[in-house]
Amino acid sequence: MAITTASETLNPRTWLYPTPRGLYCEPGDFYIDPAFAVPRAVITHGHGDHARPGHRKALATPETLAIMRTRFQDMPDTEQQALKYGESVRIGEVEVGFAPAGHILGSAQAVLAYKGQRIVVSGDYKRRPDPTCLPFEPVPCDVFITEATFALPVFHHPSDAGEIGKLLRSVDTFPERTHLVGVYALGKCQRVIRLLRDAGYDKRIWLHGGLMSLCRLYQEHGIDLGDVAPVSEAILETFKGAIVLCPPSAIADRWSRRFADPIAAVCSGWMNVRARARQRGAELPLIISDHADWPELTQTLKDVGAPWVWVTHGREEALVHYARGIGIDAEALHLSGRDEEDS
Amino acid sequence: MQAFARLLDSLSFQPARNAKLRLIETYLRETPDPDRGWALAALTGGLDFPSAKPALLRGFGQEKIGEELFALSYDYVGDLAETLSLIWETDPAAGPPPTLAEVVETLQRATRAQTPAILKRWLDALDSTGRWALLKLLTGALRVGVSARLAKQAVANIGSQPVDAVEEVWHGLEAPYRPLFDWLLQGAPRPQSNAGAAFLPAMLANPIDRTELDALDPTHFRAEWKWDGIRVQVATSGGLKRLYSRAGEDVSGAFPDIIEAIDFEGVFDGELLVRRETAVAPFNDLQQRLNRKTVTPKMLKEHPAHVRLYDVLWLEGEDLRNLPFDQRRVRLEAWMALKERPRFDLSPLVTFADWAELAAKREEMRADGIEGLMLKRGDSAYLSGRPKGPWFKWKRDPMLADCVLMYAQRGHGKRSSFYSDFTFGCWRDGSAGGRELAPVGKAYFGFTDEELRWLDKWVRDHTTNRYGPVREVEQKLVLEIAFDGIARSTRHKSGVAMRFPRINRIRTDKPAGEADTIDNLLRLLTNSAPESPLAGGMSHAHYPGVTVTEEP
Repeated sequence: MAITTASETLNPRTWLYPTPRGLYCEPGDFYIDPAFAVPRAVITHGHGDHARPGHRKALATPETLAIMRTRFQDMPDTEQQALKYGESVRIGEVEVGFAPAGHILGSAQAVLAYKGQRIVVSGDYKRRPDPTCLPFEPVPCDVFITEATFALPVFHHPSDAGEIGKLLRSVDTFPERTHLVGVYALGKCQRVIRLLRDAGYDKRIWLHGGLMSLCRLYQEHGIDLGDVAPVSEAILETFKGAIVLCPPSAIADRWSRRFADPIAAVCSGWMNVRARARQRGAELPLIISDHADWPELTQTLKDVGAPWVWVTHGREEALVHYARGIGIDAEALHLSGRDEEDS
Repeated sequence: MQAFARLLDSLSFQPARNAKLRLIETYLRETPDPDRGWALAALTGGLDFPSAKPALLRGFGQEKIGEELFALSYDYVGDLAETLSLIWETDPAAGPPPTLAEVVETLQRATRAQTPAILKRWLDALDSTGRWALLKLLTGALRVGVSARLAKQAVANIGSQPVDAVEEVWHGLEAPYRPLFDWLLQGAPRPQSNAGAAFLPAMLANPIDRTELDALDPTHFRAEWKWDGIRVQVATSGGLKRLYSRAGEDVSGAFPDIIEAIDFEGVFDGELLVRRETAVAPFNDLQQRLNRKTVTPKMLKEHPAHVRLYDVLWLEGEDLRNLPFDQRRVRLEAWMALKERPRFDLSPLVTFADWAELAAKREEMRADGIEGLMLKRGDSAYLSGRPKGPWFKWKRDPMLADCVLMYAQRGHGKRSSFYSDFTFGCWRDGSAGGRELAPVGKAYFGFTDEELRWLDKWVRDHTTNRYGPVREVEQKLVLEIAFDGIARSTRHKSGVAMRFPRINRIRTDKPAGEADTIDNLLRLLTNSAPESPLAGGMSHAHYPGVTVTEEP
């Protein structure tokens, strides 16, 4: 337990608080995952609602900075500072470090220490194993800021292997049709490819052009994706029985007309709820998420042992209720600019 | 149970009718009796488990995770059975999951006191899809986009029979329908169709408008008022008496007053209405009687049911369906004249010389119990389905009012993340001197998917207050509301209630201050009691038996 004398007297909301531009750390004069361009930003991971272009200075893990350079035309105008997991750096009066968050490649929890008090900003995280990134590491702290994307007791993400099995069974059942799998370009795409390889699928996996650059980046970071190729390079290919990955929006796009009687599969934690799956037009919903489900969220609160928990980014109410029920001083923290569809 | 759960799961995500048919057909072929028969009963709405009601499921959920978390979960998911199936966790020690037959047969025998423990054991043993299917089955609302008709079509397909052949034997059979499968798959003899008391597939009309009428010869057609009730079929034979909905659903249980009044043999087509003294009550009153398996004496007394007959299909053992409409009409009128029957009367023909005269009559008719006109060719045989040409419905034009959006609520089911239920109001003088909006109705359709997305965003961007799933919005968006009638209501603050309101147009061009007032709406009030001539009716200006008075 990290309770110190300082933590009892110092109100953490005086040195870390939400502003319209994002979560602001006053004694370090920096923002964490700000929604707008700022003079100094600390970035937890590369998803678009956390990492934005245009900051004067950005501190992130080397992998996250690589992802940002890929997405934002090399970011020549941003002074980039890489910080590895487990290392720390002083910004103003605050000690800043990173711990793995298990969300996507390079994703980190920001660990902030000031006057003997420690706040962990978890960013997005999950607890189950992911072949494309390091697992979440619980860091004892005074204040734990947690996401709440899937913070309702209805969210129990099933095993990845079972969901991938559903996809492979469907490919067997409909060998004449193309399976179009909607995945988020960063993280989900590469994880699904790895899971398919781990399940023994060794055929070529076709990719929508928009997914190529990040897959290449993952491969450069030592993640073996096997035989992948962009759809645009296909010659004399009917795509019958093929697995094609694309951004979810492309499924309904004219782009998908080239495939043989496609089956729309969508990989997302939202697929857990039928109405959501139908809204997305999923014929084969696959519950694969890069966010913690309800058991993982509640277990994490117990693991980090923070007396204060601030809940953000999703269904705060239920998790706040749960945390208070086990004696944690929990409250919702409202941050602007978060996008619930990146899941 | 697992195979049935997989079927329901795939059906729920499969939008295409033909693919749904194939899924059901495959299931019916591959699943042995009696499971497939119980599945068919479930898909056609023929199963009812009185001891497993929503309150029980809600109680389970609250017990599992507490009232507050359960309420938040249910509000998010929008479906009770699905919520419970998701929060429950499978217990590996619970043993093998039950079969569908085991579920149905056990529950039919179980007492109310035994049910909870049995259910919990099954919930522990099934996976989340299995739990979802089990709970959907128990609560009687599968909602997988399969109508009873579609399920019967699938059954007919596996035996290469037309669906009407299945319809005709259907009501003589009981779940799990072994003789039906023996007939369709094993070549056993066709089950007894039980002639008169079986449902005879209904003949439906196509919509038409004024301009399309000009291509038709008015002398070929007969006109009737289109009553604002529920289309039903009264079918009796050998002491069996039944009342069916248009889709063939047996609704006898909800209308014992009608069943008791049957003292004849035949099959009749008519409109189910609630009638007090000589007046037809608003559709609202009929709604109180619908969707009930049983009905209280109070309900029977306060909402007495009545059938207004407009066609005869069988009479005293004779099939009249191949006769032309005019001849059936003669038979029907002659039969009606034989005896006074208080619960039944005849829907009159509306006389006209040409379309212009009929249009004028339709235009004048503003009574609440009438939705428009039915046009039927005098030479039309009674054919099942919706043949093109012989029958048309010419609906009354809707009334329109410009209202201001006041509240929005998230929808359920497919729309559970959209603000899709809209409460709107009209202006009246407020208590503090100025004008205020009073809610006049609620609409959740009439808009396209694109308009829904627009409305959802508008609501999110203009929220002023939240009350649970309801948002109050800035009073500045004008919605043009179309509705079929308006009545005084004591349940609404504004004192009026709209019938079948829907959003006709979004009027971003119109300032909210220029929306309609309550006074404007009151001017549209119609009387609610059109009457039929054979029930002590009187003569009136444009048609005998129909009173129309405009509110001053």
